[in-house]
Amino acid sequence: MSNDETVLKVVDLAKDFPIGSNLLGTRPLQLLRAVAGVSFSVKRGETYGLVGESGCGKSTLGRCILRLLDPTSGQVILDGQDITTLDEREMRALRRDIQIVFQDPMSSLHPKMTVRQILTEGMRLANKAPAQREAAIDDLIEMVQLPREVLDRYPHEMSGGQRQRIGIARAISLDPKVIVLDEPVSALDVSIQAGVLNLLRDLQKRLNVAFVFIAHDLGVVRYVSDRIGVMYLGRIVETGDAAALFDAPMHPYTQALLSAIPLSDPRTERERERIMLEGDLPSPLNPPSGCRFRTRCPRAQALCAREDPMLEGVEHLTACHFPGPNPDIAQTCF
Amino acid sequence: MSDPLLAVDGLRIGFGPAKDGAEAVRGVGFTLEAGKVLGIVGESGSGKSLTMMALLQLLPGQARCSGSARFRGKELIGMRKSEIRHLRGKDIGCVFQDPLSAFNPVKTIGDQIVEAIRLHDRRISRRAAMKEAEELLAAVSIPQPDQRLRQYPHEFSGGMRQRAMIAMAIANKPALLIADEPTTALDVTVQAQILDLLRTLTRERGIGLVLITHDLGVVAGMADNIAVMYGGRFVEAGTADEIFYHTRHPYTRGLIEAMPKLDRPEERLVAIEGTPPSIWSRPPGCSFAPRCYFAQERCRQQEPELRDLEHTRSACLRAEELPPRETVAHAQDTGKDMTL
Ligand SMILES: Nc1ncnc2c1ncn2[C@@H]1O[C@H](COP(=O)(O)OP(=O)(O)O)[C@@H](O)[C@H]1O
Ligand SMILES: Nc1ncnc2c1ncn2[C@@H]1O[C@H](COP(=O)(O)OP(=O)(O)O)[C@@H](O)[C@H]1O
Ligand code: SF4
Ligand code: SF4
Ligand SMILES: [Mg+2]
Ligand SMILES: [Mg+2]
Repeated sequence: MSNDETVLKVVDLAKDFPIGSNLLGTRPLQLLRAVAGVSFSVKRGETYGLVGESGCGKSTLGRCILRLLDPTSGQVILDGQDITTLDEREMRALRRDIQIVFQDPMSSLHPKMTVRQILTEGMRLANKAPAQREAAIDDLIEMVQLPREVLDRYPHEMSGGQRQRIGIARAISLDPKVIVLDEPVSALDVSIQAGVLNLLRDLQKRLNVAFVFIAHDLGVVRYVSDRIGVMYLGRIVETGDAAALFDAPMHPYTQALLSAIPLSDPRTERERERIMLEGDLPSPLNPPSGCRFRTRCPRAQALCAREDPMLEGVEHLTACHFPGPNPDIAQTCF
Repeated sequence: MSDPLLAVDGLRIGFGPAKDGAEAVRGVGFTLEAGKVLGIVGESGSGKSLTMMALLQLLPGQARCSGSARFRGKELIGMRKSEIRHLRGKDIGCVFQDPLSAFNPVKTIGDQIVEAIRLHDRRISRRAAMKEAEELLAAVSIPQPDQRLRQYPHEFSGGMRQRAMIAMAIANKPALLIADEPTTALDVTVQAQILDLLRTLTRERGIGLVLITHDLGVVAGMADNIAVMYGGRFVEAGTADEIFYHTRHPYTRGLIEAMPKLDRPEERLVAIEGTPPSIWSRPPGCSFAPRCYFAQERCRQQEPELRDLEHTRSACLRAEELPPRETVAHAQDTGKDMTL
């Protein structure tokens, strides 16, 4: 299998949530468009990072990709097959090909099952022969670098970092093609987080699995991703190669995000000029007309209120009428 | 010589029976001058919040507390309730991670700031206090402060609420502000705004700030001095530059190396193995020894005290011997043993 092969393709995906309902309860009062037309693709063995501030639609997008939520429109194409049209039975057969790891492993691991039972359960669902399960579990626990003793423990008896490793072990146990990781290290202390990130990088090399890595921490996303998409209010506003995006961001929002990250270098940090965004994220119930970022954009013009910019470019794509380096800030923020 | 704004010495906080209970804070000390920022950094459970609550007498009832914390020379530990209540919210302001818990949900933001002002100064009229509240909201960059005053906490976004809480904390012109993870729940662009606001307040009003965080990055550009906390103690202290460029403690070094670097994304992160000790089962000797890459036998027998080194003050028995950072990262990648 060549690594140039696209394994996951998301096409113009949108997800609406009904908010409130009319008196009869037959129709929602409003629709909240949490994901508003997102497209990207991931190659085999590659990590695509999705970043953006809370509420921009990252988790909703992740859940739609897994069909844990049904998208309102658009397609999710897994290895050439559109999975948005599959019924539940067909989807079940595909489940093992695409897995998810959540931020809080506690809520996704069965509290009354030991680690061994949790991992066995997955293999049973994947129709792995009982004789092979024992050996496979030993392999898994070694792969996620945990001592064998944890096999007989319950989730609550383990530390956060250990639990997250179990979540990862369960996800890889089915030999999936794609794993969606939704803020997998956000709840962990930095010293623990580093180990999990290294583990993910190593596992990916070894298993050639594709990751969709969702996080709000840009440093973390930069560390693990080959390519990155920056989301704002349900849209990808800029996407491209991780290095290109961080070294030469073209969208004013990406620039502001990068400039807001505190760097662990006092001298640079003290001298640094910041792009300060005004105000907060608008409500997705009532997004601004035209460009969704215009209410906070330091570069906004009249055109931005009228026309919604398309995501355009080759390789490095930007959704902005006036893309380009920020003239006020020395290029790149570090 | 005049008293420093805040001088903490030998602060200890414990739980359970005095004899064989557990200690969560074990002899913390520092001083803070007016207009300066002290960053206290450490992982969850290291004792940061308890330290702060002890200063404000907000510790849970079952906690035992000893040691000294002098605010402008006045002892806070054991101070009479009526007296500390007078200081809290007046001379000492506080900001927490979750502003929602600090506000009453059924009262408008304006009424609550007015109450805070009038609690400490009865002579000021409601009208005048409301005018002040409006100016305060403007000072923390809340747009349309006159309308915002009439809104309830739930009508504010997370970032706006944190601003309102800072407005309330500075309402009575405190000399000291204690902020416990004030930006942890916020997005990075909002965090930048709040940190900028806190920085401005310390500069323009000469407020002393104790900024507690688990994120070294947050204090890098903000703090004059930094204390790194582990297992209930300060394990290293120094100026921000000293801590970042000349650390002499394996834990501080570990924290720095565990953080993804935006400018050097290729550099492999170095995790700290294991987990922090529980207050109920602290290892003998150096608390960090079970996770320390440099630990030797003697580290497990003798608990190191903070001592003065060329740059920082470090509580590590091997502080002088630690090799430069680069060689360590290499040794860890190649599995070389550094304990000898
Ligand atoms: N089940 C739901 N019902 C209604 N609104 C929702 C639901 N789930 C998410 N949302 C809204 O959709 C938007 C995107 O949420 P989410 O995908 O969780 O964002 P993120 O993961 O980026 O923080 C938010 O405004 C959120 O309030
Ligand atoms: N009410 C309490 N009873 C017993 N132990 C407590 C209590 N509050 C805190 N602790 C313990 O004290 C330690 C320090 O807590 P805390 O100061 O909140 O840490 P931090 O703010 O650094 O995360 C923790 O290990 C915690 O388990
Ligand atoms: S389209 Fe206009 S408002 Fe939107 S990001 Fe570009 S310049 Fe800013
Ligand atoms: S005293 Fe020993 S165990 Fe503790 S930090 Fe120093 S080298 Fe490590
Ligand atoms: Mg989310
Ligand atoms: Mg705390």
